[in-house]
Amino acid sequence: MIDPLSVFLMLLGAATPILFASLGELVAERAGVLNLGVEGMMICGALAGFAAAHASGSPALGFLAAAVGGTAISLIFAGLSQYLLTNQVATGLALTLFGLGLTAMFGKPYEGTKAPSMPMGPLGLNWMIWLGLIAVPLVWWFLNRSRAGLVLRAVGENHDAAHALGYPVRRIRVLAIAFGGAMAGLGGAYISIATVLQWTEGMTAGAGWIALAIVVFSRWDPRGALAGAWLFGGVTVLQLRLQAAGVSVPVQLLSMAPYLATILVLVLISAQQKFGRSAGGAAPGSLGRPFHALR
Amino acid sequence: MLRLEPRASASLGWQIATPVLAVLATMIAGGILFAALGFDPLAAIRTIFWDPLFGTAAGYSRPQLLVKAGPLILIACGLALGFRAGIWNIGAEGQYIIGGICGAAVALATYPNEGIWIFPAMIAAGALGGMAWGLIPALLRNWFGASEILVSLMLVYVAQRITAWMSFGPLKNPEGFGFPGSRNLQQYEPASNPELIAGTGLHWGVVAAGVALIATWFIVSRHILGFHIRTAGAAPRAARFAGVKPSWLVALCLGFSGALAGMAGLFEAAGPGGQITENFGSGYGFTAIIVAFLGRLHPVGILLGGLLLALTYIGGELAQLTMQMPAASVQVFQGMLLFFILGFDILTRFRIRRVR
Repeated sequence: MIDPLSVFLMLLGAATPILFASLGELVAERAGVLNLGVEGMMICGALAGFAAAHASGSPALGFLAAAVGGTAISLIFAGLSQYLLTNQVATGLALTLFGLGLTAMFGKPYEGTKAPSMPMGPLGLNWMIWLGLIAVPLVWWFLNRSRAGLVLRAVGENHDAAHALGYPVRRIRVLAIAFGGAMAGLGGAYISIATVLQWTEGMTAGAGWIALAIVVFSRWDPRGALAGAWLFGGVTVLQLRLQAAGVSVPVQLLSMAPYLATILVLVLISAQQKFGRSAGGAAPGSLGRPFHALR
Repeated sequence: MLRLEPRASASLGWQIATPVLAVLATMIAGGILFAALGFDPLAAIRTIFWDPLFGTAAGYSRPQLLVKAGPLILIACGLALGFRAGIWNIGAEGQYIIGGICGAAVALATYPNEGIWIFPAMIAAGALGGMAWGLIPALLRNWFGASEILVSLMLVYVAQRITAWMSFGPLKNPEGFGFPGSRNLQQYEPASNPELIAGTGLHWGVVAAGVALIATWFIVSRHILGFHIRTAGAAPRAARFAGVKPSWLVALCLGFSGALAGMAGLFEAAGPGGQITENFGSGYGFTAIIVAFLGRLHPVGILLGGLLLALTYIGGELAQLTMQMPAASVQVFQGMLLFFILGFDILTRFRIRRVR
C-alpha cells in the first residue's frame, strides 16, 4: 500500500524547511545566542519568498528574497539582544509575534495566488532539497574544522574568555544571528514556494518551534539536525498518508502527531542528557546569556 | 562614544518611565507604518486609542474594554509569577483553550438541568483543565529536564487541534443543523457568564481578574513564596542555598498560571464567546505575555497594561471598520510594543555615559 521509496522522497521534502531552520539556529546557538524567533523569521521568509517568486516568476529569486527577508528581521533581534542586552527568550518571542502580524498584514494581496513551479534537480528532487542536504556537511565542516568556526564556538562556550582573547563577541554573534535568519527564511520559503504553493496567514504552523526542538535533539551537531528533521518529516508524511488512507481517527487528532512527536523527542533526548553518562552534547556554555564588556 | 555602565540596583524612576516611553515610541513607529500603508497616521492613532473611549460609538465600545482586559489580566498575573522566577510558560494560549473546553464540557454534560452549583463546577473544571495542561511541561521539565518553553508552546498547537476536534465531534451542538461548534452557553442560563452590571462589560471573569491581581500582589510582595520566586529568578544558586526547591517552584508557577489561563478560557466560553468553536483560541494567551512585560511583572502595571492592550484590540476593530485598516495591524502594533518595552529596559539597568 505504501511504497517505501516514494515515502522517503516525500519525507525529504517535508524535512527540508525544518532542516534549513534548525541548521541556522544551531549555528546561532553555538555562538551562544538563543533566538526563539525562528517561527517569525520563517514566516517572513515564506512571504518574502512567495511574493518575489510570484512577481518574478522565478523560484530562485524567491528563495534569494526569502534569505534577505529572514536576515532583515533577524537583525531586529540582533540589535535588541546584542546592543540593548535584552532578555533573549522574551525578544525571540516578540520577534515571532511581530513576524506573524507583519506577514498577515502584508500578505493579504497574495492570498489565492499561485507560486511558479519549482524546477526539478537530479533524482526528481528539487534543488532546495539538495541544497539542504549539502548544507549539513558544510555547516559541520565550518563548525568543527575551520578557524572561524572554532572562534564562533569559543564565543558560545565562554564569551568572557573569548572577549579576553580579543575576539569581537558581539560582531560574531550578530553574524551568527543573521545566518540563522537567512536559513530560517529559506526554510519558510520552502513551505510557501515548494510545498503548499500558495500564501496563507500563519502557514509555518509551528515549524519554527519544531526546528528549535530539533536543535536540542541534535545536541548542537548538524548531523543530528539532519536526523531530527528526517524523523519529523517521517512523522508528517506518515500522518498525511494515514489521513489519505481514511483511517477512522479524526483528521484533527492525526494532525497533532508532529507536535506530540516533537515533545516526545525532546523528552527522550533531555532524559538521556540528564541520566546518561555521555559527556558530550551539552548546550553551549554561554547560551542565552547577554554579553556586556566592561572594558 | 557612549558607554553603558551597570547600575547597582534598577532605577525606580526609569522602571515607571520606560513602559510609558515604549507606548509613545510604538505610537510613533505605528504611525510611520500606517503612513507607509497609505493611512493618515494621526487619524489612525486617534481611532485606535481615543475613539473607543470618547468617540461617537464609545457607548458600545467602552464596556468591551473590561471584556477584553479581563482575560488578559487574569492570564498575565499567572505568567508574571513564573517570569520572575525564570520559568517561561509561553503556552498560556493552550491552557486557555483546554480550560474553556473543560468548563464548557461540564455545562454541556449537565444540560438542560438547573442548579446554582453548575457555574462554580464549570469554573473548577476550567481551572483544573488549564492547570493540568500547564503541569505537563512542568513535570516533563522536572522529571526529564525538557525545556518548558518548547513543550508548553507545542501544547498550544495540540490544544488548537483538540478544539477543532471537539467542535466537530464530541462537543458539537446536536441541534446545530450540522454546523460545527458547541451549544451556545449564553442561552443556557445556569451555565452562562452574563454581564453583571448592564453597560459595563463586567462579568465574573473580570471579578476573577481583580482577585488575581490582589492575590499576586500579596504573593509577590508579602509572602515568603514571592521572595523565593524573586530569588530563584535573580540568583538560582543562592535560592537553592536558601532552601528553595526548584522543581516545586516550576510545578507551582506553571500549575498556577495554567489554572488562571484555564479560568480565563472558561469565562470566555461561558460569556462573551458563548461556545467552543474551531477558532476558540483568540490569541489572549500570547498577548498576555506582552501585558506581563508591559506591566513590568507588577500587579499595578499588569492592570494598566491589560487595559491598554484591550484598548488596542477594540481600537483595532474600530479602525478595521471605519478606515478599512488590515486586521493584523493590531498584532504588528502589539509586537512592536514588546520590542520597545524590552529595548527601553536597558535604561533601568544601565547608566549611559559619554566617554571621550
